[in-house]
Amino acid sequence: MTDWINVILQGILVGGLYAMFAAGLSLIFGVMRLVNIAHGDLIVLAAYVALVTTETLGVGPLVSLIIVVPLMAAIGYLLQRAVLNRTLGEDLLPPLLVTFGLSVIIQNGLLTLFTADDRKLDAGHIEVATYRLFDGVYIGALPLLQFVVAIAVIAALQFIFYRTALGRAFRATADNPAVARLMGLDNRHVFALAMALSLAVVAIAGVFLAIRANFDPSIGPARLIFGFEAVIIGGLGSLWGTFAGGLVLGVAQAVGAHINPGWQILAGHVAFLVILAVRPEGLFPRIRT
Amino acid sequence: MSIRVGFASRSSRIGMAASAVALVVLAAAPFWGGRDDLQLLSQIYTYVALASLWNLLAGYAGLVSVGQQAYVGLGAYLLFGFAILGGVPPLWSIPLAGVIAALTAIPVAALVFRLRGHYFAIGTWIIAEVFRLIASQVSVLGGGSGTSLPAHIVLAIASTRQLRDFLVYWIALALVVVILALIVLLLRSRYGLALKAIRDSELAAACNGIDVQRTKVLVYIFTAFGTAMVGALIFFQRLRVSPDSAFSVNDWTAFVIFITVIGGIGRIEGPIIGTVVFFALRQTLADLGTIYLLMLGAVAIVVMLAAPKGIWGLIVERFGWQIFPLERTVVRDTGSAGAAKRA
Repeated sequence: MTDWINVILQGILVGGLYAMFAAGLSLIFGVMRLVNIAHGDLIVLAAYVALVTTETLGVGPLVSLIIVVPLMAAIGYLLQRAVLNRTLGEDLLPPLLVTFGLSVIIQNGLLTLFTADDRKLDAGHIEVATYRLFDGVYIGALPLLQFVVAIAVIAALQFIFYRTALGRAFRATADNPAVARLMGLDNRHVFALAMALSLAVVAIAGVFLAIRANFDPSIGPARLIFGFEAVIIGGLGSLWGTFAGGLVLGVAQAVGAHINPGWQILAGHVAFLVILAVRPEGLFPRIRT
Repeated sequence: MSIRVGFASRSSRIGMAASAVALVVLAAAPFWGGRDDLQLLSQIYTYVALASLWNLLAGYAGLVSVGQQAYVGLGAYLLFGFAILGGVPPLWSIPLAGVIAALTAIPVAALVFRLRGHYFAIGTWIIAEVFRLIASQVSVLGGGSGTSLPAHIVLAIASTRQLRDFLVYWIALALVVVILALIVLLLRSRYGLALKAIRDSELAAACNGIDVQRTKVLVYIFTAFGTAMVGALIFFQRLRVSPDSAFSVNDWTAFVIFITVIGGIGRIEGPIIGTVVFFALRQTLADLGTIYLLMLGAVAIVVMLAAPKGIWGLIVERFGWQIFPLERTVVRDTGSAGAAKRA
């Protein structure tokens, strides 16, 4: 019994990480209808940026966030202004192809710079610290921190989206770009800010990913898929729904892995397909008009 | 005087004549080329076929799938499964794999067609991942590390290695010709007219009585049929299959999309031109390794942003050429071969 409690608890905690993968994806889709195929590769890029930062400055991975987050946000802003803004429009192929190209470029660029070797960030004693909930049920300090950070990230995005002038600009451009421009908003700038925010979240997710497990240049696409599954399971247009979607995915994978180690990822995909078959609008959809 | 709809134009008559000559020359390749030439040409044929099928799907039906590797891998695994477990000759397995993949595509379509646009794209990718993970659980076919085609099956195809090479080469050529011919016939049929209408405006197509969803599902199923046959052939050439190579998103989707976009999406000539450019780049830059892939991604981005209709799109804009007789024109049959008006 405690066995299963542990499994589900682990799944929920990992789900927080998946929710962070998903939040950035969901944000830019909500604002500019762009699905970023390179999202997973950008997460991995953030992990490598953190790796370089910790190695050159000799700081811990969590401290490196001070540098990685603004740097990734700046990359996001420039990427949107220089390239991605030109792909937006009725046709869905240009953004898809360009981000696909970007994905191939990031993967092979990282491969050239860092080789295909496994890397990992070392966060010190926090990685092994655990708390005992009750007999036989333990909770790791790192997964707990990661989960709390995920909640904080979602809450912060929710706050920015619905309580600030920036969020109002995001929602206005999403609802009607032409009218938003008439009201004095520069859409290109608003979109670039959305991408910057998305990559700031990507940076946090990337650092936690890199502390939690080994990474190499090829693991990006799978992270994109996890994020995407969390978005669809949770329901489009709802940040807390996306968070719940991440948890469902995390639990499904943990349960699958517990039954048979080969089924971990497959169980997550199956959960996604079942939701798609029986409830295609997701668990907690928020219909936006 | 009567009026009818014709397809041929002067450039397409020249194009078809040139294609016929090229076909004869290529069919005779075993007599003028070495083993390396045959292998390179076979690879080119398989990419022309994959890109043409993806072009039909994305360029005409507006279904931007990034999960066609699902059917490449399915075809490959069916061929190996039939050969190893059922003793079916590999040559028979190729069309059989196509049929089974088409049947598989029906329930898959029922699921992924619930997703729209970009979400459809990633949904198809997840299906491919599911196929890959299932393939890696099939222990009789080597699980995660894959398996080889047993020697006695390979030897049963033809007695000498040279004859086998020739046979595989001709099958690759025949397959690409059949797939291109099927696509041309499809586009010349009423479904083709419907597809072109959908390509230009889905809303207008629906308003003119086209069942958009049904047409798209049919194209999706047809593409699965063709893609699986090509996949079966590719891995029959390689004699070895593994989940990671058979369901590779980079090899069977990213490159195929780059080829189609560089050559010109939404035109049947595009994938052919794109494949030639892709292999020309590869032959000259392959020594650069990962840098080559990096450049390929960059070229695709630049083409998409600067010339979204691709190389063939530019040629059409400038000269109005077509190689395949596809453009519908109204022809007036008068005494003198009359003025044709483009429709």
